[in-house]
Parts: sequence; structure tokens; C-alpha cells
Amino acid sequence: MTFPTIGKSASERILLSHGGGGGRTKQLLRDVILPALGYDGSEKLDDAAYVETPDREVAVTTDSYVVRPLFFPGGDIGRLAVSGTVNDLAMQGAAPLALTLGLVIEEGLEIDVLRRAMESVGRTAREAGVRIVTGDTKVIERRTGDGLFINTAGLGSRYRGADTGVGNARPGDAVLVSGTLGDHGVAVMSAREAWGLSSRLESDVAPLWDMVRGLLDAVPGVRCLRDPTRGGLAAALNDIAEASGAGVRIREDALPVRDEVRGVCDLLGLDPLNVANEGKTVVVCAAADAERALAALRAHPRGRAAAAIGEVVKGPAGRVRLATRLGGERMVDAPSGEDLPRIC
Amino acid sequence: MSAGESIRAIQALAHSLGRAVQLMEVCGTHTMAAFRTGLRSLLPDNVKLLSGPGCPVCVTPIDYVDKAVALAGRPDTVVATFGDMIRVPGSRESLEQARARGARVRVVYSPLDALAEARANPGTAVVFLGVGFETTAPTTAWALREAARDTPNFFVLCGHKTMPRAMAALLAGGEVRVDAFLCPGHVSVIIGSAPYEFIPRQYGRPCVVAGFEGEDLAAAIRMALRQLADGRAEVEVQYTRSVSREGNAKAQAAIREAFEECDAAWRGLGVIPGSGLRIRPEWAAHDAERLLAGLDRPPAREPKGCRCGDVLRGLCAPPECPLFRKVCTADQPVGACMVSSEGTCAAYYRFGKT
Amino acid sequence: MCLAVPAKIIECSGNTAVVEIGGVRREANISFIDDARPGDYLLLHAGFAIRKWTEDDVREYRDLLKPLADMGGA
Repeated sequence: MTFPTIGKSASERILLSHGGGGGRTKQLLRDVILPALGYDGSEKLDDAAYVETPDREVAVTTDSYVVRPLFFPGGDIGRLAVSGTVNDLAMQGAAPLALTLGLVIEEGLEIDVLRRAMESVGRTAREAGVRIVTGDTKVIERRTGDGLFINTAGLGSRYRGADTGVGNARPGDAVLVSGTLGDHGVAVMSAREAWGLSSRLESDVAPLWDMVRGLLDAVPGVRCLRDPTRGGLAAALNDIAEASGAGVRIREDALPVRDEVRGVCDLLGLDPLNVANEGKTVVVCAAADAERALAALRAHPRGRAAAAIGEVVKGPAGRVRLATRLGGERMVDAPSGEDLPRIC
Repeated sequence: MSAGESIRAIQALAHSLGRAVQLMEVCGTHTMAAFRTGLRSLLPDNVKLLSGPGCPVCVTPIDYVDKAVALAGRPDTVVATFGDMIRVPGSRESLEQARARGARVRVVYSPLDALAEARANPGTAVVFLGVGFETTAPTTAWALREAARDTPNFFVLCGHKTMPRAMAALLAGGEVRVDAFLCPGHVSVIIGSAPYEFIPRQYGRPCVVAGFEGEDLAAAIRMALRQLADGRAEVEVQYTRSVSREGNAKAQAAIREAFEECDAAWRGLGVIPGSGLRIRPEWAAHDAERLLAGLDRPPAREPKGCRCGDVLRGLCAPPECPLFRKVCTADQPVGACMVSSEGTCAAYYRFGKT
Repeated sequence: MCLAVPAKIIECSGNTAVVEIGGVRREANISFIDDARPGDYLLLHAGFAIRKWTEDDVREYRDLLKPLADMGGA
């Protein structure tokens, strides 16, 4: 039994049978998903792919992406699914080797939405210099009819002995951030109709391996890399402080935050420190290496606004302190739960 | 005077006063700002900043939450609320937990959003949780007036409270020594600074209406200490760019049009006569209380060991509550003071040292 | 409870204004304000303007925050 080709102009929707593993699934792969990813449809679709690795060890990471809305200013779920996983590898000092792509699609999703998301996956993977080597497609029963959930797993190889784990920070080290804070979370929030905001703010979602490699070339001894995603900079710094058994002290006036981000945060009662970033990294390095690290970050288009924001201190161990604009001090807590816009 | 100069003046005044001074602020936003700006860390040892019942979510009695949860479970009903309310524990569960079970709860930024939802869905009862002090009451009032024209499916569960009577109750109760008040900044934009004048007159305590930047709070504390040092007691406005003696007449008129004064229960303080607002009989058709008939509600029960009431009266600082940080944390809050984004316990937990 | 932020009016008509904070725009209800005009600053709370700032008020706000800005990296 053959099925008519899914045409570009059709306003067709995903059906349960598209996830059945049979002819309709193959058709979806052949007509929509694989071309969007940059394949010409001549590939044999094996159950698993072999990936060559240069070493005995391989870095592996996985993440699932459930962002709403699917498309937001500056990005979309497809771009996020590739960038997030590539960046997790980069944070461990690993060059990306290959990605997997698992899709859970809701019955009723417009096929055009799926195609655009897949094209974004393909473009971002090319930008990151990594290939999607295997994947899976499932369809679940319709609820709201606009659901798309993506899981990507990434394999990577350690770059030149890099050791950038979260527990490596030592008192005296410099703490840097590769650019402006809070752009992604605020862009996504602005796109949600519920808040009635209109802004030119775009998400910073981007794969960072290229920038990180430049950093590691300049400063092979980088101590920690951590991406401030969910929970923002506050979460990332608390993770580093806790894992390293040290304290972190940052300066309010050194934090790079765009005016628009500050405006939305003020309006909704959010703290930019707690807002997610998807194209930034925290860097901890020896104080003597800080200038060189900053120069390497700033030399890359994604690190132009890199800044030194503080240092690792002896204590209180596991806690993060902020020197305020006013000249006082307060703690920065790891945020818990959903950061809901407040009125109070 | 710059913030640095204010802080130096605070140190000099505190030194010349010699004795321990207790200033109380009654605004959750002030509680948070005092911590967030690092101002607390700059105050001299003998100047203590107490937090009073200034967080409207924290002072909302537990049975209000139970009512909201019951309404959320009602068929064809959506509960619309400010984000602050959804994690507050009720006797059985919070709105967030009810939502996870399938109840329809929507976080809104403004009562206007709730009104719009009601207009877009005439078959659904939209219940807006009217929580907050005089800053927020006019906005609920405006939505009620609009609804009275053409939106019969818009309701308000009114939990609004007013500040000056609560401040008087604290002073009359005499449980905690308050040498001077920092008065709420944005409540005062609406009501003006005049309603606090009875405090210096009857109780001899200085009052300073303060803004929310670190610089504002530093200046306001300096002004309060200056009054104490001079032996003066009057209402001064530090937040002059936003607060006048008369306040916002149109907003006050909106409150009077929609609401009448009533006695209100404050968590931790008990019933304070005339400190609440309730919907006027003319607009009773929009009062969500009438939707509660027949809905199952648990008996109101405060969590065991929780000292939120004492914290709200300024009797106990959060670290003195046996549950603080041990059982009651930001991730697993027990009482409203920890859950609320402006709760005193939440402020100490997030911003204070261990 | 009283989160309120200053925002500049971009345009207004009847009970509604479009306001801007740091480049982000939102609608605001101005029923409680007398004589609001584009260029004025409003204090916003829960989608409503609760106070209009005069030019003196705006100047007071800027002066309040200025000394630290002047201090630069101090």
C-alpha cells in the first residue's frame, strides 16, 4: 500500500498512524523529517548507528525539550533541542560527535509546524558541526493538538584533556560569564500571550562549542564550565559552590543585563539572576588566566559581552553572595520551582 | 543626600541614640527590598528592622485558600489569581496541587486579564482572587464595575485588606516594641500619607513613608532615626515622587464604589475590626462567596508547629521558628510566610546567611 | 505587596495607554490618572497606572540613583 506524498502546501496534520512504525511513519520520515534534516532520503534506516570515537571514553548527555510556545523570538524548540545538548557536551569540555533525535508528537499537530521545527534542527546541527545519526518518532493521542516534545542525546569526545567539572572551583579563582543574562527566559515569556508584552527581545539560544573550543585553546586549564539554563545564573553558581565546597562572591554592578530584560523583570517581579539562558556559559578559571579567557570569549560572536562578575572565595561554603549596588551584601539562593510573575 | 551619606548618617544617629531601636516595616515589598539591596547588611547592630504583617498573601487566612481550592474544583469554573497565591498551602492542598489534579487555575498579571477571560468564555465562571492591600483593591474594583455592566460570569473572591487599622492593632496589642514605622510606599500612593497621622498623635511613634530603592529605604531609615533623636513624632514622606498627603482620589473613589469596610481575619493577628473590604450588596451577583454553597471544604487547619502568626506580628524572626530551614524550606514550605514571594521567612531564607 | 514600576507613555486614548519600560511595551489602564499624555511617566501596578510622575518626580528619581552611577566602578 502506498500513500500520497505529503505536499509542502497541505494543511495536513499528524495522525496516530504516523507513529505506528509502518508505511505512514516511513512516509513522514521520507517526505518531512529527513529532508528537513538535510538528508536526501537514500539512507538506509538501521535500528542503530555506529559512531567513531577517537578515545576509549566518550561523553554522553541527554535532555528533553518541552518549551511552549514552540516558536519564540530568536528561536524555536528545534534550535533549542540541538543547542542544549551540544552545550551540555561543551560544558564538560567535549567536542560534539553525534546527536540522536527522539520525537513525541501530538496527534493533530500541523505537519508544517513539524517541518519548520525539523528544518531548524537541521540548520542548528550544521551550525554546530554535528550530525543527527539516529532517531525515533512516536505519536500520542490528541490533547490540545499542538504538542511537540523532543529528546536529544549527544555523544562527544574530550577536547585535549579538558577537565571542566562543576566541582573544580578553588578560592581565588575568577568567575566570568560569556554574555548578557536572562535573554532566553524573558523572550519566551514575552511570547506567551498571557502577559501582554511586546518586545524586540530575542532568545540567545545557540550552540556554543565553537566559542568554548576557542576558550579552551587560549586557557587549557579552565576549571569549570556551567551553562546557566533553568534557574539562571543563580542555579549555576550555587551548583558550582556546592560541588566545589567553596563560596562564590559576585558583584551586582558587574552583571551584564540588557535594559529590556531588566524592564520585563521589573514589571513581572522576576530576578534576572533566576531567568534561564540558552546561549551563555559561566567560566571559572585561575585569576591569572581571567584576562586571556575574557579575550578569547569576546573574540567570538557569541561572547562579545563576556564579563568578569566575581570570584570564588573560601566561604560560606556552598553559598553564593552578592555585593549590592548600595555597598551591602546579600545571599543568592538557588531558586526553587517555577519563577512565576508576581504582583506583590 | 546619596545612599552612602544616608548610611553614614544612620550610623551616626544610631550611635548618638545609644539604645536599641526597633523599626517596623509593614510591606512585603519593603521586606524583600531591604534584603535584596543589601541594606540590612549595612545597618548598625543597634538598629533592628522588624517585618510586620505586610505580605497580603501571608496574612490571608487559610480558609480563604480552602475556598479558592473548592471553587477551582467546581465544574465550568476557572480560578484566576496572581502568581503569589498558587503555592500557598490550604488545609488540604494548594491551588498548584489542585491544578495538578485537573482543576482549572490560571495565573494572571492583572484583574483585567481575568475579566477578558470571562468575556471570551461566557459559559465559564471566572473567579478572580482579590488579594492585596489598598494598592490592588482599586484594580479589582474597576474590574467589578466593568463586569457589572456586561459580564455576569465574572466573580471576585474578595480577600482585600487595609493597612492602617492593622498597624493600630499591632500598637494597641503592645506585644512587640515598635519605635517607629516605615509605612508602605505604594499603598500610600493610593490612600495618601494622611491616614497614618493618628499614629504619632495617639501613640507618639514617628512614621516615614518609604520608597523601594535601596537609596529610598536608607533615606527613610535616616529620617525615622532623626525623628527619634529629635524627640519628634510625625508622618514624613520620603517617597515624595509618588506619595502625596491626599493620595489618588479616583482610585479611592473606585474602592468606595465597589467595596464596603468589614471586619477581617488576619493570619496571626486574629480579627481586626474594619480592616477588610467586602463587595457591596449592589454587586453581590459577582461575589464568589455565593458560588461556595454545596462545595466540599475541609475544616480550616493551620500547620502544626508553624510560627507564621508570631512572625507576622514581629514577635519572632524566622530563624527563631523551630521549623525554619529544618522542616520548612523554599522547596517544601509549610506556612505562607515561606511560600509567598514576599513572605518574611522566604526573604530570610533566600537572602539571609545560614 | 506593592510591586509597581515606572513606565513611559508612548500613546494613549480613552482609558488605555501603551507604555514602555526598557524597550518593552504593554497596555495599561489609565482610569485613575488625570490628564495623561505621551511622554509622561506612570507608576504601574497590576496593569493599572496608580500615579503620574511630573517632570520634577522623574528628576527626583534620576537624582536618587545618580550618585552611584557617578561613582562608576567604585
